[in-house]
Amino acid sequence: MDRRKIEENIFKGLMNASMLIILASLVFILVTIIVRGLPAMNLAMITQTPKGGYYLGKEGGILNAIVGSLYLAGGATLLAILISLPVVLYLNIYSKKGSRLVAFTRFSFDVLWGVPSIVYGAFGFTIMLFFGLRASLLGGIIAVALLVLPIMSRAMDEVIRMVPQELLESSYALGATRLQTAFKVVTRQALPGILTAVLIAFGRGIGDAASVIFTAGFTDYIPYSLLRPAATLPLAIFFQLGTPFPEVQERAYASALILTVIILIISIVSRILITRFTKHIVK
Amino acid sequence: MEFKTHIRVRNVNVFYGKEQALKNVSVDIPDRRITAIIGPSGCGKTTLLKSFNRLIDTTDGVRVSGEISVDGENILDPKVEVTHIRKKMGLLSQKPYPLPMSIYDNVAYGPRIHGIKDKKRLDEIVERYLRQSSLWEEVRDRLRTPASRLSVGQQQRLCLARGLAVEPEIILGDEPTSALDPSSSQRIEQRFLELKNQYTIVIVTHILRQARRLADYVIFLYLGELIEHGTAEAIFENPKEQMTREYIKGIIS
Repeated sequence: MDRRKIEENIFKGLMNASMLIILASLVFILVTIIVRGLPAMNLAMITQTPKGGYYLGKEGGILNAIVGSLYLAGGATLLAILISLPVVLYLNIYSKKGSRLVAFTRFSFDVLWGVPSIVYGAFGFTIMLFFGLRASLLGGIIAVALLVLPIMSRAMDEVIRMVPQELLESSYALGATRLQTAFKVVTRQALPGILTAVLIAFGRGIGDAASVIFTAGFTDYIPYSLLRPAATLPLAIFFQLGTPFPEVQERAYASALILTVIILIISIVSRILITRFTKHIVK
Repeated sequence: MEFKTHIRVRNVNVFYGKEQALKNVSVDIPDRRITAIIGPSGCGKTTLLKSFNRLIDTTDGVRVSGEISVDGENILDPKVEVTHIRKKMGLLSQKPYPLPMSIYDNVAYGPRIHGIKDKKRLDEIVERYLRQSSLWEEVRDRLRTPASRLSVGQQQRLCLARGLAVEPEIILGDEPTSALDPSSSQRIEQRFLELKNQYTIVIVTHILRQARRLADYVIFLYLGELIEHGTAEAIFENPKEQMTREYIKGIIS
């Protein structure tokens, strides 16, 4: 066989193997949590908070962690949007291209992206101590917002960079200010990408355990105030897995299943939203 | 032919970093006429055009000196509000860029950002300018559909309507037909000929035949220098400069 054809085949094999590894990991994880979690799954899991002795195998559910996680990831995502959007709009619309500040900001995002989430937790905890705050939903929201901020900003930055300069010029030529152009034209054109960025950040935020362990704490109750501690699904999984009781460990897998389903639902809903918003995009 | 000056250009120099794109250009652009800026690629045609509405400001590392007066106001004065200048001028770019919104919202975009909110007035504006750019009949039933679904030729007429809707005095065209098929190009040219009674039109073109068909006044640039300017007749029939003669004959390009 001709040498180039061999190269081609080797590379094809490599690609197929890589695809297989990715798909198999997903399938294997899903199968594990379904097989081990499904027996423990019942209505009480998602409608009740833990009753006394829940972690010993008695009655109750993890509604506290479901609601806590949704509040926490939702709040953190919102907070991160409020910071990300102005930054990326500045980087792409207001700043001079190729200035040092721009390069340095992008570099900071890359570094922050790589910081382990436990460090954000510890950092958030230090700030909380400084302000005399106890472990609370607010503390958790701040720590998770810091964690997802670089991920969201970098993802938004990539899509906003793709908006053609001529489109901006069309808007300027009509007498629009930069701010009007940013919000009426750029965010619209980049909306699907922005939504994807938000989604990635939300998924990362809702699944993280280390950043909330000190900052949000854990509780058996549904948080009714920003200043109360909040339970989260990843920590609920961690605590349940850590017990010596097989039936409680099963519930950990059921909790993982719930977390996965939440992420799945959010992904599907946002895909639907994205297709609705893409109709105006200029190619 | 006697002209009234609308845009007065005096000693304009433009630098991109160290490179000089325009060298001491001075010229008067006549009111309510079509002026064509011709010359080979990279001669500074677009730079000159973009200086008029200060879109050139958005290029990094650009320096502009000299004076450009529109209605007696020096628009290169840093104190001048750019949005105010740009409102006076509609721009058609080489490739049409509709905004990512519906046909209606594209035309209403300009009036809206300048403060018109009344629904009835916006409806009137949208219809009037879509008619003026001869797009109304084709889109009247689908004003709410995305502008990106129009053909390129329709998009360029939409961009014209969008530009006219801010009620400018001047229309700038940067090779406005270069992305269009012949019949779409012809429609745009017809619009220009109709509009020149009300607007001052300046177009950049590298198509000499187009300049001949449209222009009343012609500016010939070569490597950033203004070689010759004058009425279309003078430039095309009796050019004074050797270089203009050679360019028109197609010897240099």
